[in-house]
Amino acid sequence: MNETIVIPTLDVEAIKQDFPILQRKVHGRALHYLDNAATSQKPRAVLETLDTYYREYNANVHRGVHTLSEEATARYEGARAKIARFVNARSPKEIIYTRNATEAINLVAYAWGLANLRPGVRVVSTEMEHHSNIVPWQLVTQQAGAGLSYVPFDEDGRLQLDALDRALEDGRTKLVAFTAASNVLGTINPVKEIVARIHAAGALCLVDAAQAVPHLPVDVQDWDCDFCVFSGHKMMGPTGIGVLYGRRALLEEMPPFMGGGDMIREVRLTGSKWNELPWKFEAGTPAIAEAIGLGAAVDYLTALGMERLRAHEVELVTQAWERLGEIPNLKRLGPPPPERSGLVAFAVDSIHPHDLAAILDQEGIAIRAGHHCAAPIHEKLGIAASARASFYIYNTPEEIDLLVAGIYRAKDIFAI
Amino acid sequence: MDDFYRDEILEHYRHPHNKGRLEQPDITYEDHNPFCGDRIGIDLLIKDNRVADVRFWGQGCAISQASASMLTDEIKGMTLDEVKTLNKDDILDLLGIPIGPVRLKCALLSLKALKAGVWGMDKWPDEE
Ligand SMILES: Cc1ncc(COP(=O)(O)O)c(C=O)c1O
Repeated sequence: MNETIVIPTLDVEAIKQDFPILQRKVHGRALHYLDNAATSQKPRAVLETLDTYYREYNANVHRGVHTLSEEATARYEGARAKIARFVNARSPKEIIYTRNATEAINLVAYAWGLANLRPGVRVVSTEMEHHSNIVPWQLVTQQAGAGLSYVPFDEDGRLQLDALDRALEDGRTKLVAFTAASNVLGTINPVKEIVARIHAAGALCLVDAAQAVPHLPVDVQDWDCDFCVFSGHKMMGPTGIGVLYGRRALLEEMPPFMGGGDMIREVRLTGSKWNELPWKFEAGTPAIAEAIGLGAAVDYLTALGMERLRAHEVELVTQAWERLGEIPNLKRLGPPPPERSGLVAFAVDSIHPHDLAAILDQEGIAIRAGHHCAAPIHEKLGIAASARASFYIYNTPEEIDLLVAGIYRAKDIFAI
Repeated sequence: MDDFYRDEILEHYRHPHNKGRLEQPDITYEDHNPFCGDRIGIDLLIKDNRVADVRFWGQGCAISQASASMLTDEIKGMTLDEVKTLNKDDILDLLGIPIGPVRLKCALLSLKALKAGVWGMDKWPDEE
């Protein structure tokens, strides 16, 4: 038998039908949503999952023996198991639900940081981080009297790993917090290699995968990372739900982050004992519908296939990179494709990103303008702000044509 | 779409009035919008309790730059008490285009810097 296996390419027009919001109009034009790095749109499967929870089995989890509570608990924990498989955690016990990536970083910064940081040791972050991977470390290192330093990036927007090695040399670095994929530069960092260097120096790492898990196949065991964080809303899930993956032994050792119901095993007025993982870190009634909704998003992404999704984004970003490069007086930020994530941030001489975004909005094209919660990157590049187009599975090459045409139109309006 | 940015706004953006610094201002104040990093500063020269001269500096979008340019034209010769009573509607009247809630911050940045400078504080009485 000489059967050839054909990998079906994605039918983007059919996929678009799964996202009801993509049918809406903006200023009378079809919506072209190119702001996926800020938050993604949600497929019908996720919307229906939220609706079904509230209509059919709304109940608190882990607290009732009645049918509704059992159903809700089973799906809430079932979603955790799906997420664990999706990023290849060893066990669902290593998946902690949080509100978002930001809260997950704060959880580690406070729970791990306050127990392990002290004067004479340091945390290392990088110059390409989102504010959420800088500010919690500033707060906690300050409180603990520990140091904080940053690995710089080079002209192409790549981390300078020799500077990382230098920061690791003296053995005082306890943890390195770095992004897997930059939300401004589009850089995809060599996570596995960076983690190996960090571990060789006896330090721990936290990987900010907020821009990686939604767009790339991620395997936390292959990365060998200690902590990894991401947000549900950027990967087709609801807002209000995010994830901390943590290596089990580390999570076991860490004190709780917040106290309350669900996170305890035993409460006496003289003191309490913590619940086992993962609930030790989930105080109070959690975002139940949202967690189950994130499970539905993971199902949707799994069915699409992350390799295929990534291939589609590489195609789009390569095209966007080239087309934007042809526009005079436009500067693209970060390294060239294919080694970049599915977004391009750029600055056009004499047109402020706000103005560009406002003009594109009139044509139904949604892009982001500003510093994208990464002011230090812009400061280093010497620009106040940038515009950013970020793609997802439902975007098409035609939308890049519209983007480029819109930029030329803005240039006409501003007559430059 | 074509009057989305009125010509007058574009004209002020391309050729802003009163842009620069004063040698010896009596009042100087700089403010910025933390969401977008835009920054506007205002220098005022005061004579007989009136605005004798004014300059602004900084960077930002067409809305923030044009409103600063128009506002600085507007306040020349005003008494400080008159400057203190300027409000959001005065700026929107000057701009003459609809401004959504997000870009309102851009439109009002120069007024905010001006009033903070004149009142000598970060907030002025009519701000919530
Ligand atoms: C790289 C990166 N890290 C962290 C975050 C924070 O995500 P959230 O606001 O959902 O906590 C973002 C979101 O913009 C991001 O792009």
